[in-house]
Amino acid sequence: MNQLYKNRHPYMFIAPAVILLAVFSVIPIGVALVISFTDMNLKGLADWSSISFIGIENYKQLFSDDTFLKSIYNTFFYVIIGVPLVIICSLSIALLLNYGSNWLFTTFRAVYYMPSITNIIAVAVIWGYLYNTEYGLFNYLLSFLSVENIPWLGEPTIAKISLIILAVWKGIGINMIIFLAALQGIPKSYYEAAEIDGANRIQMLFHVTLPLLRYATFFVSVTTLIGWMQFFEEPFVMTEGGPLNGTMSIALFIYKEGFQFSQFGYAAAGSFVLFAMIIIVTVLQFKLRKSDTEY
Amino acid sequence: MAAATKKSRTEKAIVTCILVFGGILVSIPFLWMISSSFKPESEVLAIPPTIIPDNPTIENYINLFTNMNFAVYLRNTLVIVFFSFIGLLFNAMAGYGFAKYDFKGREKVFYLVLATMMIPGQVTMIPVYLILNAMGLTNTMTGIVLPGLAVAFSIFLFRQFMTTIPDDLIEAARLDGAGEWYIFFRLVIPIAKPIFAVQGILTFIAGWNSFLWPLIIANDESLYTLSVGLSLLQGQYANNFALQMAGAAFMVVPIIIIFAFFQKYIVEGFTMSGIK
Repeated sequence: MNQLYKNRHPYMFIAPAVILLAVFSVIPIGVALVISFTDMNLKGLADWSSISFIGIENYKQLFSDDTFLKSIYNTFFYVIIGVPLVIICSLSIALLLNYGSNWLFTTFRAVYYMPSITNIIAVAVIWGYLYNTEYGLFNYLLSFLSVENIPWLGEPTIAKISLIILAVWKGIGINMIIFLAALQGIPKSYYEAAEIDGANRIQMLFHVTLPLLRYATFFVSVTTLIGWMQFFEEPFVMTEGGPLNGTMSIALFIYKEGFQFSQFGYAAAGSFVLFAMIIIVTVLQFKLRKSDTEY
Repeated sequence: MAAATKKSRTEKAIVTCILVFGGILVSIPFLWMISSSFKPESEVLAIPPTIIPDNPTIENYINLFTNMNFAVYLRNTLVIVFFSFIGLLFNAMAGYGFAKYDFKGREKVFYLVLATMMIPGQVTMIPVYLILNAMGLTNTMTGIVLPGLAVAFSIFLFRQFMTTIPDDLIEAARLDGAGEWYIFFRLVIPIAKPIFAVQGILTFIAGWNSFLWPLIIANDESLYTLSVGLSLLQGQYANNFALQMAGAAFMVVPIIIIFAFFQKYIVEGFTMSGIK
């Protein structure tokens, strides 16, 4: 006992944060797993005895739920277009920003980073105005090119693309900074050596810079992919999943089932399907990476 | 050699042009927000739109506080920011505990902390609500603040940084008779200032922007944060874009100002975290 008291300090330092994480991150996983096999809803919230176990019924129902299947399709639509766009845009901007170091470059570094720290509701309010069919700036500017009014958020496929544009705008900043940090870590001598060997700029980009950014690119693609699989805030604040569930993502589906329809069991089951998909995609990425590092 | 410098000068000019053009493109939403927020209600719907307001007014900003409860939302948001700084201290303490003490189960607990980073928010959202409901904390400020206090990524960054503090330094302080808490607050925190700067800014931004959790937990308008209030405003004044833009500007401009002052630390922070 005395020994324990003497060694109490490390535990006192880690206790507050670890206990909070346990209660709000670790235990909830177990709770979610259990309720995903029950029919828990608003009634069950008030009276626990009315909850009953229904086995894998929720999971079966999910895969015959048209809205859920549609949300899977939409999520893959977002991921397949959005993730490469974010990576290409943030890498290109980082390469340009790495070109100089005077005040102009630091200022523009801040400008490109700004969208990513802007509050999502403020973003939704501003973009909702920009996308407005009648009064929006975008349609006004396009009218000079004699383009008819585009229903930015009014048609399922266009609405998905509009949300991707917004999310790319918001997502560039953080990845750009990661690429920039990696670029600044490349020793100058590599470029000098390449220059002596007579390599031109394009060759240097493809044979020196990009291979050395492999780790950063991998990190960015894994985190971006995980983030986009959970695509939520943009459709939630801009379209609430509409029109005709055209922008509904899996994460938004879970939120709606849980907090609008109070189908806690059903929503929890949906969240585990999403979790499983994220794990599969991430493991696949690590597998693919292993095979390419051997050359 | 002269030819080479000339070539790189034109190249630099091209790069600068692309950067400036892209930068303007990226900031259009912000510029449009600022400009529209100073327009009277009639002008904001005018076609063709005016780029600089003809009759600039600050009426929209005043309306935020007279017609809407933005003062209450601001207070709640600042309360959340304050508590997230206490959370930041917890994270720093945990980071220090993992970095500088040898104790039973250290590796296991630390891996558990790292593992929580991989759990998607959607999985824990519902059970955390149910847990808070069972504790009777729904519709309270405690319920809004509590789940966000500990951040695994922040613990990780603190640990990474504090591992680099020499053990001898801490040992010397111990020999001089300093207590463990004294060492943490008087020796470790001053050394770890750079990481505190980064984490402090990120914590402020996250607290200021917090939206989803306050929305789920708060039923009373008296507990709304700025972002929840702003989305309420968007619903209530759907066609008053000038007022909406003023509300958005009120949320965004403080963050931009803070960021402009501290952006150096944020960029350095990422270099520090060893992501290369």
